[in-house]
Amino acid sequence: MKYSMIAAGIVLASAATADTQELTVYTYDSFVSDWGPGPAIEKAFEAQCECDLKLVGAGDGAALLARVRLEGVRTKADIVLGLDTNLTAAAAETGLFALHGQEGVAFDLPIEWEDTMFIPYDWGYFAFIYDNTKISTPPANFKELAASDLKIVIQDPRSSTPGLGLLMWVKAAYGDEAPAIWEALSDNIITVTKGWSEAYGMFLEGEADMVLSYTTSPAYHLIAEEDASKSAAPFEEGHYLQVEVAAKVAHTDHSDLADEFLAFMVSDAFQSIIPTTNWMYPAVTPDDGLPEGFETLTIPTEALLFAAGDAQAERDGALEEWRLSLSK
Amino acid sequence: MASLSVKIKRQRGIGFWVGAAVAALILFLCFGTVGIVAWRAEAGSTINEADISALTFTVKQALLSAFFSVILAIPVARALARRSFFGRRVLITLLGAPFVLPVIVAVLGLLAVFGRSGIVSWLLGQFGIAPIHIYGLHGVVLAHVFFNLPLAVRLILQGWLAIPSEQFRLAASLGCKARDRRRLLEYPMLAEVVPGAFAIIFLICTTSFAVALAIGGGPKSTTLELAIYHAFRFDFDLSKAALLAILQVALSGCAALLAWRLARAASVGGGFDRMVNHYATGSSHVGDSVWLLMTSLFLGLPLAMIVIDGVPRFFSLPLSVWQAAGRSFLVSMATTGLTVVFGLSLAFWVTRLRGTARGLGEAIGYLTVAVSPLVMGAGLFIVIFEFASPQDWALPITALVNSIVALPFAMRVFLPAVEACDARFGALAQSLDLKGFARFRLLEAPRLARPIGFVAGLAAALSMGDLGVVALFADPARATLPLALYDLMGAYRMADAAGAALLLMLLSLGVFYLFDRGGRTDAPL
Repeated sequence: MKYSMIAAGIVLASAATADTQELTVYTYDSFVSDWGPGPAIEKAFEAQCECDLKLVGAGDGAALLARVRLEGVRTKADIVLGLDTNLTAAAAETGLFALHGQEGVAFDLPIEWEDTMFIPYDWGYFAFIYDNTKISTPPANFKELAASDLKIVIQDPRSSTPGLGLLMWVKAAYGDEAPAIWEALSDNIITVTKGWSEAYGMFLEGEADMVLSYTTSPAYHLIAEEDASKSAAPFEEGHYLQVEVAAKVAHTDHSDLADEFLAFMVSDAFQSIIPTTNWMYPAVTPDDGLPEGFETLTIPTEALLFAAGDAQAERDGALEEWRLSLSK
Repeated sequence: MASLSVKIKRQRGIGFWVGAAVAALILFLCFGTVGIVAWRAEAGSTINEADISALTFTVKQALLSAFFSVILAIPVARALARRSFFGRRVLITLLGAPFVLPVIVAVLGLLAVFGRSGIVSWLLGQFGIAPIHIYGLHGVVLAHVFFNLPLAVRLILQGWLAIPSEQFRLAASLGCKARDRRRLLEYPMLAEVVPGAFAIIFLICTTSFAVALAIGGGPKSTTLELAIYHAFRFDFDLSKAALLAILQVALSGCAALLAWRLARAASVGGGFDRMVNHYATGSSHVGDSVWLLMTSLFLGLPLAMIVIDGVPRFFSLPLSVWQAAGRSFLVSMATTGLTVVFGLSLAFWVTRLRGTARGLGEAIGYLTVAVSPLVMGAGLFIVIFEFASPQDWALPITALVNSIVALPFAMRVFLPAVEACDARFGALAQSLDLKGFARFRLLEAPRLARPIGFVAGLAAALSMGDLGVVALFADPARATLPLALYDLMGAYRMADAAGAALLLMLLSLGVFYLFDRGGRTDAPL
């Protein structure tokens, strides 16, 4: 009896130390904001893991990768959440990430998922969002947008995944003609922000007529604010697809906990939080389906996407073209 | 000659070698860091058109900023020189505010006035005119004029006050008209003072980072400093960062040489230092008032908006902002200590040198005005990365780099004060064999209390508001207040940002006031 109590004591004590385990997730700013998925995700995972989940906002998606590269093997991150397929090849090259090891997940993505290092948690199409009470006929393609005198806010492709997505969108749609499109767009661009939050905030404050965001963004205004005034402009070129992913850091001290988080990420608990907090399509449709309002969203007729390796190959050249065209 | 060399030798105590060590440290931070960045850079990166456009933009905005600051400053300085009015002292104090105001705070204030949803756009909207927007070249120039107009006014005002009032009297008694007065007295003075003021402001604007970061608006308006930040922070492209660093150092080096040559104090004949306000005609009176009113509004409105926007959220700021404020305070105090120690040791060292060595020593003190904080930061990052996590060192490095940036100001103040003290009491101290720390405590410290207080205040305020090198190492868990404020703006939490801006402004002005004041009242003279 005495021994079993001691044994129980040891078990409890070790459970108590396990309690203090901390899992650090680097992610983008809007994910950790009060209205983003962060608070609900933290609560749901902590209830399950009996650990402390620390979500750290580190700028926007592309800045995330830069930060992990700067920190190298000394990074404090166990998980990096918020890269996308335009960055996964570059991220894999750093050697800082481990294989995800999650098998048999039935993803509901517009593409086949074969990456064994990065695991998707949501997806969406990039689109320009406008106020339909102010603009009755939005531009139907990039050329019309460039010809108009509409003012737009975009994000920096070096720090932000939507910014990089736009770079890839124009490249995928126009190829060698891309620099000309950027030059034409140059006088429409009010400013280039470091991240998505700032750009979208500026648009909502009336600083710009249109902002680069997602076809799912109007759902936020519709569902959370009962405001139907925001729409995504359908573009004839098709819309570039974004699949947002996470991965485990290879040097993590909490490997098992990190694996548990990755498994949690594709579970119903996580996925059901995503649509109405991150305002993206879930990577695995929750049991209850998509929330009401999502059926009103624009569905692009054509999805554009570079495979991860191609995106990596295109990035540097496209970025130089972008810098140059916009600096003229 | 022999006795002179003996005399010099006897004065070379520990203080002399500390000064020499500080000079060596400065040389390393200025040039060594560029070398390190260049050394780590892999070959292959070349300067492309976009980099050249960053260079041309840097030059263009600096030229425009200097031009508008100086052109606008001339009538303002003239009005201040010849009018005495209620609130003149307040206005002159206001002119000093931008020196110690954090850039990022001013940007927020300028956005509230000149942004698309700011006061000016709102006023224009009342008349059906389309709103203006601040992003891009004109926004950068506007912000630089906000910061440098006061400096230009002060420099030119000094020129005006240096014209003895007797000369104006003489001109009046000889029946000179306003036109003649300008031709004979004011234009020659301006011709001497304006090029120097222009060159100094041009130099300051060539290393612009925070302004371009916040309202640059993309590749079209990227300064070299910002391009270095992008290359380092976003692409981790050291070769590009090194190339840009070399361009930056070359540019601001040239600008510094230019300023060095042009910025000589105008020397006009002596007088009795009276106000020059009796000789203006009625119409110029109205003109002066308009200029002074416009300047007050231009400088005062953004400051007022920071207070108005900041107060509602001030007392419910998130804990992280207060923690960042705490870190900023510690960094600021460390910078202050380092600046005073560096500045004083360097000043003592320089006063012990003779001839060419002296000129070179002095030049080392002013050298850092031309150097890029971001290049220093990048170089130190690479060194530290070899053995530790640079993030852990972010705050000490920020304090060190800030103190180096503040050094030229410190030298400007310390050198004349130390020289004066040495000239007056040096021989006496030597005859009493007063040296080392005892000499500093008994002789120099009391006499230098005022300059030390002023320099400490300036260094503390500059460091409190600095958004430069800390952005390279950015880590929200170790963010300083300016960085936390910038992050809040990035997340578009504008209400919190406004509250944080007010806090930062109060802290910057507060530390400046306390140190400057402390230097004045505690001086046991």
